[in-house]
Amino acid sequence: IPADGYKDPATGTIREVVLGEGDKAVAVGGVSTLPFHLFEGEMSRPPATALEVLDEAPEEWPESLARHYADVLSDPVAWARKCVQDYGARAVCLSLVSTDPNGTNRASAEAAQTAKAVVEALDVPVILWGCGNAEKDTETLREVTSLIGDRKVCLAPLTDANYRNIGATAMAFQLPVVASTPIDVNLAKQLNILLENLGLSLDHVLMDPSIGALGYGLEYTYSVMERIRLAALTQQDDKLQAPFICHLGREVWKAKETRLPSDEMLGDQERRGVLMEAMTAVCLMLAGGDLMVMRHPKAVALAEAVARGLM
Amino acid sequence: MALTGIQIMKMLPKKNCGECNVPTCLAFAMKVAAGQADIGDCPYVSDEVKEKVGEASAPPIRTVKLGSGDHVFQVGGETCLYRHEKRFEHPTGIAVRIATDMDDADIAGRLERFRTLRYDRVGVLLKADLVAVQDAGGDEAAFTALVERVRSECPDAALVLMSDSPAVLAAGAKACGDHVPLLYAATPENADQMLETAKAAGCPLAVRGATIGETAALAERLAAEVKDLVLDTGARTLRAAFEDQVAARRSAIRTKYRPLGFPTITFPCEMTDDPEVEAMVASVLVAKYAGIVVLSDLQGDTLFPLLLERLNLFTDPQRPMVVQEDVYPINGPDENSPVLVTCNFSLTYFIVSGEVEGSKVPSWLLIKDTEGLSVLTAWAAGKFSADLIAGFVKKSAIADKVKHRNLIIPGYLASIKGELEEELPDWNIQIGPREASHLPAFLREWQPN
Ligand code: B12
Ligand code: SF4
Repeated sequence: IPADGYKDPATGTIREVVLGEGDKAVAVGGVSTLPFHLFEGEMSRPPATALEVLDEAPEEWPESLARHYADVLSDPVAWARKCVQDYGARAVCLSLVSTDPNGTNRASAEAAQTAKAVVEALDVPVILWGCGNAEKDTETLREVTSLIGDRKVCLAPLTDANYRNIGATAMAFQLPVVASTPIDVNLAKQLNILLENLGLSLDHVLMDPSIGALGYGLEYTYSVMERIRLAALTQQDDKLQAPFICHLGREVWKAKETRLPSDEMLGDQERRGVLMEAMTAVCLMLAGGDLMVMRHPKAVALAEAVARGLM
Repeated sequence: MALTGIQIMKMLPKKNCGECNVPTCLAFAMKVAAGQADIGDCPYVSDEVKEKVGEASAPPIRTVKLGSGDHVFQVGGETCLYRHEKRFEHPTGIAVRIATDMDDADIAGRLERFRTLRYDRVGVLLKADLVAVQDAGGDEAAFTALVERVRSECPDAALVLMSDSPAVLAAGAKACGDHVPLLYAATPENADQMLETAKAAGCPLAVRGATIGETAALAERLAAEVKDLVLDTGARTLRAAFEDQVAARRSAIRTKYRPLGFPTITFPCEMTDDPEVEAMVASVLVAKYAGIVVLSDLQGDTLFPLLLERLNLFTDPQRPMVVQEDVYPINGPDENSPVLVTCNFSLTYFIVSGEVEGSKVPSWLLIKDTEGLSVLTAWAAGKFSADLIAGFVKKSAIADKVKHRNLIIPGYLASIKGELEEELPDWNIQIGPREASHLPAFLREWQPN
């Protein structure tokens, strides 16, 4: 069949962002083709995954997920170690949910101590993900960075409300960051521009497009990612040439269908939840996702198997 | 090649009479060119023009129809590569395979699950669409018996009849009566006989080559005589299947390459023995352009996620799914029943109303028009603010329906409580749970204040 009918090589390249350091560092991005379009371009590596660890015991996790971490749920350090040692995680995302002013509202300084302990216990890259409250996250992430010396953690999320302060911290310690915007091409681009104006190179920025899970707004995220990736690769929009990080586990496991018990109609509860998470991940990989933050070890294994199968 | 609005305009009578429901011929021509109106809506064009415009505006991928009467399954008709460009037209068909050499219990289980694994979501029925019946040994009688069994046990299933033998397929097609099946498959070895069989039966024909190139060449040859083809590029690994799907869709859309301008059929069931991996393979193919995916079995825990994915990706991005602004009585409420308010995004409505219904607590659910945005999205967009909610509560006349003055708002909107109390001084604003799944417990405990 005529190759010019289907080959349409990209002209742009997604930057490579390195998380962590040394031989356990994980590089993401660095692709110069649409996802898995190996017939017309280069994809130096399949999308990566990270397992999520919470800094306080989750109250709401269904047993089908929690049982894989049963012995460590209230010990973030042990939990993180388990992710690496038992489940082979190549990166860990520590979600600082305990700091949420609408929740436990733990003091930043206290949460920072936990984060420090987790970072020090691991040699794989760590993403420190705040609770989503702009001011609190600025405070907590600043506390952590002052405690961990020159460890190369990734700071998240930077929004239009706090990018200046967290961005300044990141530049001082030369740390990669996550720029978060709510499912919008222009807002994503705008925040990247603001970060560059601040002096932060896009070589250290991952984009979080905001995630809607399977059945809960996935299509919006999917299409906005496709549009961003097309602009980056085919229209040389260099402000959008940053890799995507997808914090999807927390969205998937909120869905009611991951909690409903096993029955004839919806089948086995655990398998259903695993497939919901793995399919969300695979859809987002197909839309351009470079780093997937996930929860269930089996879902990670399935998503990685698909990514390998596509390479 | 597609015609421009101006080219179509030249073929219209220029009466500007508006009978096409568009004020002028030019405006009508533009709509036809954009695929938003049908040339047949102008009562004054000749059949010749209709054909000319119809052919030129035919989608680059042919629409193929299977089934009959109320149970028609359509595949193809796609016009774009990415859903944001327009929309995906026909959701990937999900098929389950059965074969003449399977145990009766295995067949019965699959057919039963085909009938029962159906889910209602946002008012849409989610289900598998097709049964693929495979001839395992060339036994015509066994094959037709199985086809007849599927027809009687799963009357709404579209059928794919699979055999290497044209005679077996002919017999199977006959057993389908007027319920049009897809015949699978013409290969380079048997193409001429298969072509005759498909023509005689009046059925769409699947074409299978060893490679996408061979498939395209064969399709080109057969298309002269059978218009409705479905392509199997022969790929049986994920990597190859993905690549072929992309290549076929791009060739058809970008360059109107006719030999690949047909919907595709793919076989995750032949790519792995692991049901979870099979479902994952299918999820890639649903996103990337397969017309039909054939699965080895249907199980709720793998089928339901796949159906959700399909629902999401095939939703029309230009049309938010909404429900009507109104007061919805649930479980027969009266003057002492709780009053809840939420937005008119259909997903939100169906989740919330589902939970309220499940709680068995009689309740009033107020649905405010937020232009199809979810609770927080609408709030962030200024379409679900305290003053707008207050205005709607007054307009809804819910105050005439209940004696108490308690209004339950979504937990995510806790921050607007104060403002809302100012706007609705007669009302006591109660913050509900954040997740709708906690509503049943909340409602069972609820007391008017
Ligand atoms: C998909 C999405 C979109 C889609 C729109 C989808 C839609 N139809 O609404 C698009 C891409 C268009 C969009 C746009 C925007 N979005 Co948006 N979006 C989302 C996303 C990912 C999912 C929303 C969703 O569909 N949820 C599912 C539905 C079912 O949830 P729900 O309506 O809240 O209902 C649940 C509960 O509230 C509860 N519930 C509902 N009703 C009731 C009633 C009662 C009484 C009770 C007790 C409970 C209850 O039950 C439901 C299930 O548990 C969220 C982030 C996220 N992951 O949640 C952001 C999010 C909502 N968006 C956000 C923003 C800021 C925006 C924009 C303003 C961005 C911008 N500046 O352009 C725009 C606004 C739209 C516009 N200007 O037109 C923010 C809101 C921030 C905030 N806290 O206010 C969010 C939270 C993302 C973020 N973290 O920043 N968005
Ligand atoms: S009905 Fe035909 S003639 Fe009348 S305005 Fe429409 S296109 Fe023109």
